[in-house]
Amino acid sequence: MSYSGVVPSARSRAMVRESRHLLFTVAPGATWIVIFLVLPSAYLMGVAFMTNGPYGLPEMPLSLESFRRLAGFGFLGWSPGNLYTLLRSLWQTLVSTGLVVLVAYPIAYYITTCREKWRPIMLLLVVVPSWTNQVIRTFGWMNLLAPGTPLSELAEALGLISANMGLYPSNFAVTLGLVYNFLPFMVLPLYAAFEKLDTAQVEAAQDLYASPVRAFWHAVFPQTLPGLLAGIVLVAIPAFGMYVIPELLGGGKGMMLGNLVANQFAGASNWPLGAAGAILMLIATFVGLFAMRRIGKRLGGGEEVVI
Amino acid sequence: MNDTLIADAADAQVRRTATVESAREASAIQMQGLHKRFGRDTVALDGVDLTIQAGEFFTLLGPSGCGKTTLLRILAGLEEADDGRLAIGGRDVTEVPPHRRSVNTVFQSYALFPHLSVRENLAFGLKMRGMPPEEREARVAKIAEFIQLGDLVDRRVDQLSGGQRQRIALARALVCEPDVLLLDEPLSALDAGLRSQLQVELLRVQKRLGMTFVFVTHDQQEAMVMSDRIAVLNGGVIQQVGAPREVYEHPANAFVARFMGHDNLYPVSARSGNRLTTPLGELIAEAPGEGGLLLIRPETLDLLPGEVVGDNHLPATVAERLYRGSHAEYRLEIGETTLQATLNNRGRRLPEVGDRVTVTVAPEDLATLSE
Repeated sequence: MSYSGVVPSARSRAMVRESRHLLFTVAPGATWIVIFLVLPSAYLMGVAFMTNGPYGLPEMPLSLESFRRLAGFGFLGWSPGNLYTLLRSLWQTLVSTGLVVLVAYPIAYYITTCREKWRPIMLLLVVVPSWTNQVIRTFGWMNLLAPGTPLSELAEALGLISANMGLYPSNFAVTLGLVYNFLPFMVLPLYAAFEKLDTAQVEAAQDLYASPVRAFWHAVFPQTLPGLLAGIVLVAIPAFGMYVIPELLGGGKGMMLGNLVANQFAGASNWPLGAAGAILMLIATFVGLFAMRRIGKRLGGGEEVVI
Repeated sequence: MNDTLIADAADAQVRRTATVESAREASAIQMQGLHKRFGRDTVALDGVDLTIQAGEFFTLLGPSGCGKTTLLRILAGLEEADDGRLAIGGRDVTEVPPHRRSVNTVFQSYALFPHLSVRENLAFGLKMRGMPPEEREARVAKIAEFIQLGDLVDRRVDQLSGGQRQRIALARALVCEPDVLLLDEPLSALDAGLRSQLQVELLRVQKRLGMTFVFVTHDQQEAMVMSDRIAVLNGGVIQQVGAPREVYEHPANAFVARFMGHDNLYPVSARSGNRLTTPLGELIAEAPGEGGLLLIRPETLDLLPGEVVGDNHLPATVAERLYRGSHAEYRLEIGETTLQATLNNRGRRLPEVGDRVTVTVAPEDLATLSE
């Protein structure tokens, strides 16, 4: 930087100092993000608009062919396969996130009612399973749910499944695997919300004629909402793109969008189609996040719920 | 009942005289043998019997941990007594949950709902009671005018200062027109100026509505300013119940005396008739009572220059003087013993530190109390 004869004022010197400071603190992270996120994403988007070559690699010319195929138009006319996969992904995400909330909410509350010295241990118990590799844990479920196992036989005896089918592979097994896998990501933010719960507000609601149920709805739930929304984001986004669990527990029946994308880059080898699938996932995620923000703002009474 | 307690003052006055008997029925409080224990060995209340009259400004006064807040929470229904009965307006409410009691609370932390607007906060209790929206709005508008909230009702809770929150919390409880209003140290978080301003406002509101107020505080000055009657608590037991003057001028025991700010307490080592022997010397009391401690209130003392001999005349030396403008506070030494005295500043000469003076006290101002 040259000042070309101009005497720098104290203010401009401070600005120089500040920008130098910014350079040192922000530059490494920014570089990292540009190299490993921005550039690959841009490349991926480019790939989606290219043509699939004979070896599954992207080639010129540019076309919308892969989006057409993603929408289900193939050589043999339209087929609903991909649409089903998308809907199944959305449905699985919705159901498993809902179940995770139902399971995690009471757990998080229960932990906050425990004595202070027990709480870290309880939280640890929730978190420890996630320290094991996801694939190994999912294989564990395969062994528990396979045909002939006590759980499968119980389900059979209750008439929930037909004979010798087993609980795995099925959509049910995928849901179960997703709920199990993402539980800690919901318990932790909810626990944080419950821990700083202002009980005076709950008492004020009761004092102002709210029955226990209404006191919960008007004084407890709004206070846990930021934790709940954070948990939903932490669970729903990775669940939507989940690859391992549907692959292992769903058999051929439980394919989700993540599997579709993965298959295009590996087995089926159609990079442009895979890239188009990835873009679809990204769009769906952003739509979901936007919807969450709106819901958070409405329920939070105009207060910003940070996601 | 369409008209509200919060009508204009004249109307309220008429109504009060007309319905004074039924109001008495509705909002008197009887407590009988209330016990409360937390965990194994924390006794919060150890047998409280107390009757609070309808329309009374009643204060529960005591140090922290004395049980006053627990008692208030039992009145609100937020805490259940282990033993004993509680009746409000002649109806036994010992086991009635808080949302079915016609009692509202102003919480120490205000406990406003941050996700609701001020207006929604004010309407909350009415909404929970199932009042239709138009009626709710009318009631909220009325209370906002009564407490002079002005444009505060259109703000968000996080835009309010401490004093404003306090007034919203008061309005939120009053708008429900409860039989009894409970106030849990509502002014303790405010600075001194705002505090005395709100004390006056609270008192005015109570007098205009004729509502029963039960007020909890640890500040004896505040208790004396506000209350019709005070109950002094310690260790979960009521030490004394009485009007502010009674509690201050005739404390029932040494605890009450010390808590009301009295330091001049002296053991009586011997007595013959009205003559009491104390570390200060021999003093004559008009009606000394049976207690073993002599209480001398600093403001009943007078200081004469030099040495004057007579009954209840004690020679002393000025050890310390705190000049406070309207009055001066003295620490006097009589032999090995110290004595506090307060002297009004009425243009006379105020003795200086080191002066030899004579302390005098009238026999009718002396009384004993038990330890």
